Amino acid sequence: MGKGRIEEKGLDLVKGNEALAMGAIDAGCRLYFGYPITPQNDIPEYLSKHLPLLGGEFIQAESEIASINMVLGAAATGTRAMTSSSGPGISLMQEGISYMAGSELPGVIVNISRSGPGLGGIAPSQGDYFQATRGGGHGDYRVLVLAPSSVQEMYDLTIKAFELADKYRNPVMILGDAIVGQMKEPLVRRTPEVREPPKEWALRGAKGREKNVLKSLYLGEGELTQHVWKLHQKYERMKEDVLYEAINLQDARLVVVAFGSVGRVARTAIEMVQKEGYPTGLIRPITLFPFPEEVIWETSKRVRDFLVIELNTGQMVEDVKLSVAEGTRVHFYGKPPGSMLTPEEVAEVILSNMK
Amino acid sequence: MKKVFKRPESLTEKPFHFCPGCHHGIAHRMVAEAIDHLGIKERIIGVASVGCSVFLYDYFDVDVIEAPHGRAAAVATGVKRARRDNVVFTYQGDGDLASIGIAEVVHAANRGENITIIFVNNSVYGMTGGQMAPTTLLGQKTTTSPYGRDFTQDGYPIRMAEMLATLEGVSFSARVAFNSPKNLLQAQKAIRKAFEMQLNRMGFSIVEILSACPTNWGLSPLEAKKRIEEEMIPYYPLGVFKEREIPDYL
Ligand SMILES: Cc1ncc(C[n+]2csc(CCOP(=O)(O)OP(=O)(O)O)c2C)c(N)n1
Ligand code: SF4
Ligand SMILES: [Mg+2]
Repeated sequence: MGKGRIEEKGLDLVKGNEALAMGAIDAGCRLYFGYPITPQNDIPEYLSKHLPLLGGEFIQAESEIASINMVLGAAATGTRAMTSSSGPGISLMQEGISYMAGSELPGVIVNISRSGPGLGGIAPSQGDYFQATRGGGHGDYRVLVLAPSSVQEMYDLTIKAFELADKYRNPVMILGDAIVGQMKEPLVRRTPEVREPPKEWALRGAKGREKNVLKSLYLGEGELTQHVWKLHQKYERMKEDVLYEAINLQDARLVVVAFGSVGRVARTAIEMVQKEGYPTGLIRPITLFPFPEEVIWETSKRVRDFLVIELNTGQMVEDVKLSVAEGTRVHFYGKPPGSMLTPEEVAEVILSNMK
Repeated sequence: MKKVFKRPESLTEKPFHFCPGCHHGIAHRMVAEAIDHLGIKERIIGVASVGCSVFLYDYFDVDVIEAPHGRAAAVATGVKRARRDNVVFTYQGDGDLASIGIAEVVHAANRGENITIIFVNNSVYGMTGGQMAPTTLLGQKTTTSPYGRDFTQDGYPIRMAEMLATLEGVSFSARVAFNSPKNLLQAQKAIRKAFEMQLNRMGFSIVEILSACPTNWGLSPLEAKKRIEEEMIPYYPLGVFKEREIPDYL
């Protein structure tokens, strides 16, 4: 991450959720607020052990409603803070996230998603794509969404999440699932220079300056219109931070679009069909908002067939359809929660859509 | 009490928008005065709530964050944990604190969060037009209890100051009113004390203020003051329910 001094701290086998917690620590986050829920408990467990030793604080909040509002309070002081949860808990946080967006407060919210609706189950699912990328709560706002697909990305993207939250003064969500959360892989942990922009807006006591006010209520004539347009322009600017992984786009006859753990399975499947002589590409969005529409648009001018694969009944596919050039065929293969996709299964779907 | 009528330094010049006879204005002044008195204007952070007092950020000349409805105690927790050397207070109505935000306030109190809460109990939801609150008195008519609050249907008015006083994390819990010069003095004392508790790192402190809402009570300012005396104080007794002498971690 970043350009600062980078020290390699060695290679270890680390669980995804723990890598994420390490990323938070290495990003300089010293405040965590959360409420237990499977499958993300390794995050609070790791942080409850390590934050106090680093002079930070871990608070087990009384609910996810309280968690997000504690993050909001800490963020108002210009202090890096984080919460993590899963499905039902993230639903409870939506009012607070909306207030954070409206008050332009940075903060990191992690959703190691489970499957819904309702209590659903803890099987991996991508059913929270809409909730994450459409704002999720009330009002006209967006959060920046990062979707890791490996343990290393759980770590790297967490550091990135804090940087982007500060850069845009906006909540950033990390959308993972039980697979990236629970799997173990080697992790290269770095010691990034924690660099934070100046935060003149932060509440630290009105000493030697005018008071600072952080709010989302705008009742004056035309004030809210102006505020919402300003937020919109910020969301537009976020496009400069679009991230994605692209494979074989040059000679592809079909391009798969998949994110998170599915993107990983798709990569393996693509290697399999490539070997059999079927040129297939992959676009794996890493930022789900802003969505990598540019690369999809450009590629779709050459490649007629796109195949979107998701662990849900069709959510990201809508964004792909909005991004492609006219005449592109956007196929969809969805799997509601319950079982994971195998590379063989994906390879078969690719071949059946190529004919 | 002359001081009460001089604009404290911690208030801006902006005139209050409150209805005539509303006690929010007195509460604002008294809190600002305590801030001046303790010399903490430059290190205090206020947490405004959603209700008639939401414009706290316009009236107080200190750093302020607006919390979602009911969540002020959780927001204040985040502020305080991030900035232990700042003084943090919330200002919340009875709908905000005793209904939608009751979990947040009880748990902040129970954690002994070193914050101060100014709790304005006017027995109704003022801002939304006088609906029934958990603090509405039995028999009291509101827009959503048109036949009067009936305990068989709506339960009983909740006594927050007493309830919170039972929690170990609480250093100070008191109830005050503005209906007489004597009670105004007691109120001033209690609010200062609550902030002093925080300054001495004693833990959670709260002052509940019985407050007039002439508009939604359908009374004149004078009649509203009388109602506090004759109806509210008998059910919500004034006094200090808990005052810690030494920090609980000693
Ligand atoms: C989640 C949510 N629900 C409802 C409201 C609407 N609302 C605004 S203020 C308020 C009640 C305020 O009453 P109280 O806290 O007693 O303050 P008062 O106005 O009486 O001082 C309500 C219900 C809201 N803003 N947010
Ligand atoms: S409605 Fe009641 S609480 Fe609100 S400003 Fe008017 S008198 Fe005060
Ligand atoms: Mg009220």
